[in-house]
Amino acid sequence: MSVALIAVLLIPALGAAVLALFPAGKDHAARVTGTIFAAAALVPIVVLPFACNDTWTSYSVNPLAVRPWAELDVSWVPALRLDFHLGVDGVSYPLVALTGLLTLLCCAYTVWRVPSGGSGRTLIALLLVLETGILGTFLALDLILFFLFFEVVLLPMYAVIAGWGGEDRRRAARKFVLYTLFGSVLLLLGVVLVAVTAGTGDLVQLTGGAGLSRSTQYAAFALFAVAFAVKAPLWPLHTWLPDAHTQAPTVGSVILAGVLLKMGTYGLIRIGVGVTPQGAEWAAPVLGILAAAAILAGALICLRQTELKRLIAYSSVGHMGFVLLGIATLTATGLQAALLGNVAHGLITGLLFFLAGAIKDRAHTGELADLGGLRESAPRLAALLGFAAIASLGLPGLAGFWGEAFAVVAAVERGGGLWVTLAVLAAIGGALTAAYFLRLLRKVTHGPSKQTVPAEISGAEWLAWSPLAALTLAVGLAPTLVLAATSAPVRALTEAFR
Amino acid sequence: MTAAALIPAVPLLLGLIGLLLKPGDDEDRRRPAAILGITGAAIALVVTLGCLITGRTQEWTAHWVSLGDIQLTLGVSAGHAALYIALAVSVVALAVQVYSVAYLHDDPRYAPYAAQVSLFTGAMLLVVTSGDLITLLVGWEVMGACSYLLIGHDRRLPEAPAAAVKAFLVTRVGDVGFLLGVAILIVDARTSEISAVLAHPPHPAALILILAGVAGKSAQFPLHTWLPDAMAGPTPISALIHAATMVAAGVYVVFRLYPLYDQSPAALAVLGVMAAITILLGALSATAQDDLKRVLAWSTVSQIGYMTGALAVGSPAAALFHLLTHAAFKALLFLAAGAVIHAVGTNYLSRMGGLREHMPVTFWSFVVGLGALAGLPPLAGFWSKENVLTAAAHATEGGGATPVWVGWVVWIAALFAVAVTAWYATRLLLRVFFGISRAHGPDGPDWEVGFDDARYTEPEAPHDPPAAMRWPILLLAVPSVLLGLAAYAPGFRTALELEDPHLSVAVVLPLILLAAGATAAWWLWREVPGVDPAMALGRARPLLASGFRLDEMQDRFLVRPVRALARAVTTVDEKVVDAAVEGTGRTTSTVGAALAYAHRIPLPAAAAAVLAGALLLGTVAVLFGAAA
Repeated sequence: MSVALIAVLLIPALGAAVLALFPAGKDHAARVTGTIFAAAALVPIVVLPFACNDTWTSYSVNPLAVRPWAELDVSWVPALRLDFHLGVDGVSYPLVALTGLLTLLCCAYTVWRVPSGGSGRTLIALLLVLETGILGTFLALDLILFFLFFEVVLLPMYAVIAGWGGEDRRRAARKFVLYTLFGSVLLLLGVVLVAVTAGTGDLVQLTGGAGLSRSTQYAAFALFAVAFAVKAPLWPLHTWLPDAHTQAPTVGSVILAGVLLKMGTYGLIRIGVGVTPQGAEWAAPVLGILAAAAILAGALICLRQTELKRLIAYSSVGHMGFVLLGIATLTATGLQAALLGNVAHGLITGLLFFLAGAIKDRAHTGELADLGGLRESAPRLAALLGFAAIASLGLPGLAGFWGEAFAVVAAVERGGGLWVTLAVLAAIGGALTAAYFLRLLRKVTHGPSKQTVPAEISGAEWLAWSPLAALTLAVGLAPTLVLAATSAPVRALTEAFR
Repeated sequence: MTAAALIPAVPLLLGLIGLLLKPGDDEDRRRPAAILGITGAAIALVVTLGCLITGRTQEWTAHWVSLGDIQLTLGVSAGHAALYIALAVSVVALAVQVYSVAYLHDDPRYAPYAAQVSLFTGAMLLVVTSGDLITLLVGWEVMGACSYLLIGHDRRLPEAPAAAVKAFLVTRVGDVGFLLGVAILIVDARTSEISAVLAHPPHPAALILILAGVAGKSAQFPLHTWLPDAMAGPTPISALIHAATMVAAGVYVVFRLYPLYDQSPAALAVLGVMAAITILLGALSATAQDDLKRVLAWSTVSQIGYMTGALAVGSPAAALFHLLTHAAFKALLFLAAGAVIHAVGTNYLSRMGGLREHMPVTFWSFVVGLGALAGLPPLAGFWSKENVLTAAAHATEGGGATPVWVGWVVWIAALFAVAVTAWYATRLLLRVFFGISRAHGPDGPDWEVGFDDARYTEPEAPHDPPAAMRWPILLLAVPSVLLGLAAYAPGFRTALELEDPHLSVAVVLPLILLAAGATAAWWLWREVPGVDPAMALGRARPLLASGFRLDEMQDRFLVRPVRALARAVTTVDEKVVDAAVEGTGRTTSTVGAALAYAHRIPLPAAAAAVLAGALLLGTVAVLFGAAA
């Protein structure tokens, strides 16, 4: 199975290398080749769960909290205590699968339409490099390796925004890269602090906080929390996000919202909660308060947005607030809700950004005031937008519901005045979420038609959108799809708080 | 797995399939949509009937998913009472699907409409048959979403999108409480299976929070404001969602959790006060409306108040009985109102009148429906309302979980509203069907001056609706007349756990009030022919017509503060949070530029600076060296 593990990383990297060697004239062929590589990368991802043998019941005998299904451990730079240690378990697998899927959909979409600004070949190559970095982040079981992959993602994303983005793309890309670099510096400090103090960077050994004193854990968690909060992003460290999203090309936004933000929340669970549990417990109330503030602030700001993509970008702040609230409760319910919320947000917001891009391309404007009557001019597009918006506002029975409702349940479960107040605030935020999405639908789909929007949806668009829509419904009806393998690792993580 | 799982599953599935159909107005596209819609409701009806005939309680549970150590289940739990509600839902849904084929015969967006009605039906049936709080919540919210989509269906009405958003948002505000209440119950029981939740002693806060959701969904004070506006939806939708089924879902949920409410006098007191206010508010507001559908909407608000009132005074059986009869007669009234609107092309009572001769079927349907609404014996509404009043009177004697004063409040409100209901029902009947036609409007008929004689254009004579609309109306008229007598049928009575019907002297008081209300309306109409009896309300009329201005209060105390808050938060986000980030960047650039400038100073100045530095260092070295 370690072959599959290495293949998951190698195939997209190889694809990017092949595309770099492609002659510049054969742009279409290059795009198709890149898409084939993205599809091929899904094969080992699909194979991976077969490595999962259900011996989880015996975990309590085993002191290790992280028990990967498949593992690859090679010593790389012993002097830096850096091992090339990869592994996948129930916590990371849903995100790995989401990354593979979204990259494939974005590549396929790019075959059909290349945003203006550069060649499609380069864009797809960058997407594949991004995929390698993101997958590496989710797979890494070594702190320093995690940091390396975390950084690999930064520059290709910068290039995607700066190269294929909207009018104000350079400023937005610069803001994105500088802001997240600031987070990375803190992450590096935290990583080095932990690796040096504990004498190892191996996450399997580090999980549970073994070998770290209380004060080290406090310091390390503070560093991790700010670093991941920038990435997630957690209010008030979010301001890079609306600019980046608004300026990024459609596929960039999809990857950014769909999986890149998840690196922050995943890191917070895997490293923040996993490696420095005492620090997490210490900082949980602050994290919870900020999460509730993010939910409310995100929703209120969305009520005032006048641009389609910017509104959806800000909605991510609120949604990630729910995920962070789930993490902050430090209960098994909350962590599972966070993992589910992660995947659901990736699917739904990915779909929303695809649709927003399609609407902007057709109407040549994203201003809500200039849109309208989509229900009359392009009924199917309007129906899909309605579906995605209703899923995003957390309609039970669709994917978005679980993460949000059970973050609230987890906060109630945690009990006490503070957490119940946070639950109430988060629930109110849920109602406000409905308010701004209904406002969006009313402006875009109802009313008289102000633009002549071409109604037909091309085959490539259907190909890119339908898996996301179908999975939104499927995960909504059967959340087990995501949660099946998470209960044991999550319970092991929360064991530290009992 | 029991057959009862099919009751919600089939309409849900067919609804989803229907949503994938291509919209279009040609016959080939309408037919599959209509077939899917009607089949879904019909299969649900047949399966429900089958379950009722076999007579077993349908129970089935399977593990769905667990989050942490909270177990969620997928389950069906349909007792006899639930099956009777499911029967009512599927009958009304079937009637509405058939009726809609004719009512929306020229609507290009019929296909999604029919699919959404199917989806709604399935969601409501899911609420009714669910054995788990989370699946119940799924049905509960999907209903809300379908209601939103269907209210906004009519593109010709500029107010429809706003009404749809309002309906969804107001119920969603209530659902904040509902979700929190459910969360508390689930956390206490570690599972969301209703039978297990019922076994735990409840937290009173959870029950009161759930009442917020109930108030939103069932249009109870203070979250009733969406329902009158929701009349912008097509009339069949008003019949199905906003009269017979969805608005009754809140009542059903309290009924389902009644073993918990029975333990909490505080929650029952809240429910009772809410019910009493709603009963009076709805009935009084109905007296002054000029829109036919709004009269019916306000009467729905008031009648659901009777149901929650019955729950508050400790008689869930009476609540369910009134729910069933109300579903029949209110759906009948709405479908008949649709026929009237279809015929005269307006909702306004001031443009109707004199329709009795032209539309005899519709007229008699209205007589039956309004009679049942007012509680005229022996129509259905008489029996169920009698049950509610008896239960309230009984609660005034104490002995149950309900505080005595709540019994009094509900009883007095319910009695007073009997007279008001009779008044507005009579007014409605007289304004629509009697007198002369006011179809011309206040300016009188359009005169045409010809050579031979002055004459005016005859308005097109209104007529009874086509068969596809007539038969559903007639079908619903049957239970509106007879369902009350079902209280004498032992099977039905035990299923609802109703007490034996006994007509005592107590029946006289509501009947006197009914006669008084109806006579007053008739007398006013008779004394000044052609004038709206609502004129007698005088200066109170605008207040009543606007529903006690609660909309304005909602706007002033909730909507505008939220908007202002949003504006403030956005400003802070831009001017403080983001400005801090941008400022950091700008400051860094400025400092960098200053340093760069400092490095470019001319040679003499640079040399002077170097010497000055050397001098400084030397001084420091000497001073510290001397000190050491």
